[in-house]
Parts: sequence; C-alpha cells; structure tokens
Amino acid sequence: MRRSMYSYPLAKGWVQKISTSWRNVMIAIPFFWLLVFFLAPFLIVLKISFAESLIASPPFSSLLEILDDGTLIMRLAYENYSYLWEDPLYVRTYLNSIRISTISTILCLLIGYPMAYAIVRSPSTTRFVLLMLIILPFWSSFLLRVYAWMGLLADQGTINNILIWLGLIDRPLRLMYSELAVHIGIVYSYLPFMILPLYANMEKLDDSLIEASADLGARPIMTFLTVTLPLTVPGMVAGSLLVFIPATGEFVIPDLLGGGNVLMIGRVLYNEFNANHDWPVASAVAIMLLLVLVIPMMIYQHSQSKQAGN
Amino acid sequence: MSHGANHMTQSEPNRRSEPLIKVKGIVKNFGAFTAVDNVDLEIYRGELFSILGASGCGKTTLLRILAGLESPSSGTVFVDGIDITNLPPYERPVNMMFQSYALFPHMTVAHNVAYGLKRDGVAKPELWKRVDEILDMVELSDLSKRKPHQLSGGQRQRVALARALVKQPKVLLLDEPLAALDKRLREQTQFELMRIQEQVGVTFVVVTHDQGEAMTLSDRIAVMDCGRFVQIGSPSRLYEFPKNRFIASFIGSVNMLAGQVVRCDGTLCTIYIPSHDSHFEVEHGEYLDKGAAIWLAVRPEKIRISQTSPTSDMPNQILGIVDDIAYTGNMSTYRVRTEAGDVLEVTHPNQSRAKDSQLVADWGDTAHLCWAPSDAVLFSE
Repeated sequence: MRRSMYSYPLAKGWVQKISTSWRNVMIAIPFFWLLVFFLAPFLIVLKISFAESLIASPPFSSLLEILDDGTLIMRLAYENYSYLWEDPLYVRTYLNSIRISTISTILCLLIGYPMAYAIVRSPSTTRFVLLMLIILPFWSSFLLRVYAWMGLLADQGTINNILIWLGLIDRPLRLMYSELAVHIGIVYSYLPFMILPLYANMEKLDDSLIEASADLGARPIMTFLTVTLPLTVPGMVAGSLLVFIPATGEFVIPDLLGGGNVLMIGRVLYNEFNANHDWPVASAVAIMLLLVLVIPMMIYQHSQSKQAGN
Repeated sequence: MSHGANHMTQSEPNRRSEPLIKVKGIVKNFGAFTAVDNVDLEIYRGELFSILGASGCGKTTLLRILAGLESPSSGTVFVDGIDITNLPPYERPVNMMFQSYALFPHMTVAHNVAYGLKRDGVAKPELWKRVDEILDMVELSDLSKRKPHQLSGGQRQRVALARALVKQPKVLLLDEPLAALDKRLREQTQFELMRIQEQVGVTFVVVTHDQGEAMTLSDRIAVMDCGRFVQIGSPSRLYEFPKNRFIASFIGSVNMLAGQVVRCDGTLCTIYIPSHDSHFEVEHGEYLDKGAAIWLAVRPEKIRISQTSPTSDMPNQILGIVDDIAYTGNMSTYRVRTEAGDVLEVTHPNQSRAKDSQLVADWGDTAHLCWAPSDAVLFSE
C-alpha cells in the first residue's frame, strides 16, 4: 500500500517532465525557424544599412575593423538614413506607397466584406465551393496572374477590344501604366487575404445574437450596424493588415501594371539593389519600410491589449 | 382517450376573458420532417404557461414561431386579437429569452438591457430610468458596467431576463430558461422567476424538457410529443389525471399493470390482472365495457407499504419481497418484487430520525402493498 502511494507522485513527475520537454521541443521548432529565416536575415540587412557603399564584393564596408595597433573599432554610417530623409524622392515614394495601399485596402474591404458575408450565409454545400473558388487563384503563379492582367488592360487588350466591339468607345482607354491598373492588380491579388479572415470571424458569429437583436426591435440594417459590424472588427483589422502590409512593399504589381508612372517603395528598393548597386541605401530603405509598417501595428496592438485589460 | 375522473374541480384560467395568445392550426415543415403538426393553443393573460416535451418534439420550433424567428408552413398566430403571423420579429409585442442568453458580448450589462429601448426610440432619461429599475429587480445594479464575459452563468441569465422584460412585452417567451444553471441555482431561480412574473404581470411562455421545472413554475402545462399536444392542463391535473399512458409515465413515475375489465358498477370498476391472477378495484369516472383490455396505473407514493398484513376488507392487496431500497433522505423508494414476478415501485416518506423506524421493510423482507380504489387510474389502449 505504502509503496504504491510513494510511486504515484514519482510516476506523475516523470510524465510531467516528459510532457514539458516535448512541449519545449514543439515550441523550439518554429522558434528556430523564425530565428534562422527571419531574424538572422533581418540582422544582416540591419548591419548592411549602417555600412558604407564600396565598389567591391561584397559592395559594402565592414562595420568592425581591427586597426594596426590591435584596437577594435566599429564604424556606423548614419548617412544612408539621413540620405533617405534629404532626398525628397524617398519620402514621396513612401507616402505614395502608403496612399496606394490604403486605397487598395479600403477597396478590398468594401468588396471582400459583402463577399465573406454572402459565403457565410450560403448553405454549407455551396459554402465549400465558394471558398474553393476564393482560394483557386493561388493554384497558379502570382506573376502569371499579373501578366494576365496586362493582357486584359492593354490598349489592344481584352477589355478595350470588348468595349470597342460594343461601340461604347471609339479609341482604346488608357488603362495600363496608371494608378488604376495598380489598384486593380492589388485588389485582385490580395482580395482572398481580406475575405478569409473575415470569413473565419463571421463564421464564429452566433446566429442567436442576430435573432436577439431582431427580437428586441432592431430592423436588419440596425442589427447589422449595432451587432454584426462591431463584432466583425477583429476580422476587418486582420484582413486589412494582411492586405496593407504586403501591398505597401509590393514590387511586381507596380512594376508590371504601373510602369514608370506609379512610384512605390518596392520599385525604389529594387532599383537601389540592382541598378545602383548601393546595398547600404537599399537596406536602409528596407529597414525604414519595416519601421513604417511595424510601428502603427504595435500602437494598435498596445491599445487593443489595454482595452482588453479594462 | 381520456378515462380520468372528471369530478374534481380544477383551478382553470378565467375562461370568460379572451385568450391573449391564440394559435390556430400551426404546421411547420422542415423538408419532409414535420416539426409542428397542426397545433391549436390558447394562453391567457398573466399565465405562466409551459410547453413540456423531450428534445425534438417541436416545442422550441413552436416558440420560435411565436417570436417570429420562424414562419409557419400554415396556420395563424394571434396576440391580443391581432394576427401577427406575418409580422417580422422586430414588430411583434413579444420578447424572447434565448437558451444561450444571446447577450451582446461587445456591450456592457446596462447597454445590453438598454438595447431594446433604444430601438424603440425611448428618450434618454426615461430609458436609463427603466434600465436601472429592471436591473434593480434582478439585483444586478452593481454589475451594470460589466461585460457579459465577466459574469457568472446565473448573472448572465438574469441579464437576459432583464433585457427581454425591460420593453414590457405582452408576452415573454423563455427557451429553456434554467437549463444552463446548476441544480441548486436552478431551484432558487425557479422561485425567482415566479416572483418576477408576479411582479411584472407579463404572460410567460416557457419551453422546457424538465418536467420538475414545468410542474414547479407553471399555471398550466402543455405536454408535446412528435409535434402535437398530448394534454394541456394544470400540473396537478396532469399528474393525478393523466390522459394516457404517455403522460402518466412522462410526468412522474408510475407502476403499470395490464388487465381487463370484469365488471363496471357505476363508478367502481373491477379489473382482472392475469399476471397476478387477482382482481383490483378502481374508482373510475366512466363506464367501461366488460372484457375491455385496460392498463391499471398507480403512482409509487399512492401505494401503502407495511410488513404486517392490512385488514382483509382492504381491496387491492399485493404481497411481495423487497428487492432494493433507494434512500434519498426525505423518502425511500422500495422496489418490491411481487409473487407474479413484476417489480412495483413504492415510495415512503422518512418521517422519523430514529434508526429503526427509518425503514418500513428491509432487504429481503416480505412487504404488503395496498392502495385505495380512488388512487389508481385506468387507460385503455
């Protein structure tokens, strides 16, 4: 009797030890992944952004240097960052990128919200098909889909041909290489990233809340404004971030559909790396882009957690 | 077919007044499945009316039809003489308390309660006065600034009740109002609900699967099965004068013996039970044909149990052996195996604390059972 009583907590202790060590392993794997493939590249870019540009291989100076007398010195070049500030091109491009991706995000929200709502409200068999249709474009290459839009929007493209054939216009509309084309490209490419979080959010919404609202005297439009809309804010925020963040740094869409007419930071970054071969400035551009995107997000998160705490 | 004695007067609602709710020929089909099958119902002003039934019997569907959350396949619903069958929920003088409570998670208790009044366009000072009053009544004034997730189950239930009552509806519909509470709280809340109903005077229609809850709460109960009402009446009427075997076994427990009518002499019928090879006397309200197959039903608490033989002039005697005793504190349930081999359930109150007198018979003891002719019920079928 006594023996079994003693062996019990011992066995329990072992089981606990094994399960906690397994838990640590499971957490360590994604942690390691992030460390190697996200944090390390980020630190390298951060390092390069403080270096000086050289005509060499690699094309930047080393931060650490050992002098002849054996002392170790660290040289940090802030010029790359101040250069971003001094040349109005960069500030203008940042602001333009944010403006374009803000408009595109709002368009995605306006289009995606009713679509997500309709999918949630449809019968379960149709719902699956509709969700598959939303995800379907991912089966083909992103680049290919943007090229397809070039075919649609070009002066001799499908849209213009149809409009001329219908007799609505005499001359082709200038659709390509405009901000409109960039908006079309971004909204088309990133719409699923808006719809899916909204769908996940709306699906969890309890139907009885809508019924309770109607029962208490609210017309459908009032129920939408006072119950559905506030309760889908988390989905709207998640979807908007998923669209806004990659859209701001987008390179392919402004390059292919906007041409030289639409300045976005992704293109500037590409040019600094490839055309100018100025890796330190390009790195500074990348770090600044990260700060521009991360700081508002952190402020939002902070206010959210403060609100949840109250 | 009813064979209940009808000589006992029942406290039925005032029949002279018009019913507040009148349901006529309501049918609700979901595809090939008929959830509610041609139901008629009249509920009077100020009543606490329960619809009782097992899950899937159509009771919740009927309640949702009253609320306007479901539209009937056919039939009409009148409230206060007005046909509301085609009115949307937001135009009905009816409010509902949902089984899940359906409190708005993004609003405080006070704003949840104020929601209905705001939709009605009640002016601010009047609105908050009414919210305060109703929160006072359900004793939640201190928690008015909390969000639903910061409340206990019982508190949430009271918020849901306050929210549905604050608009002073003509009818309050309650879908399993106590199902989510634990047993102790449920019993307390039953009386709390009755107190509030008396205070506000609103007609309550409660849907429940719990027969004890329905018995405690209600003025009248409608027992529902397979989309139809089986019997509508006061709790005591349903218990003492069940219409058929279904009602008798659904409400409370009952012992059933199959037999046939030997003689019917005015109100007193003699029944032969073949399995016991003996005759039983039952005081029955109606004449029954000789030879008719019949079920004799007697409630466990109506049977007297003792170790000594009752005087021989007492009718309806059965001899048996105590098979099992379930002690529940206030009473004991004896399972007595009769000579015929069937088991009868008998309950006996534990009126004394003395150890020896606690049990009228012990395991394996011989027990004499008997009941008065007026305490059994007969069912044909």
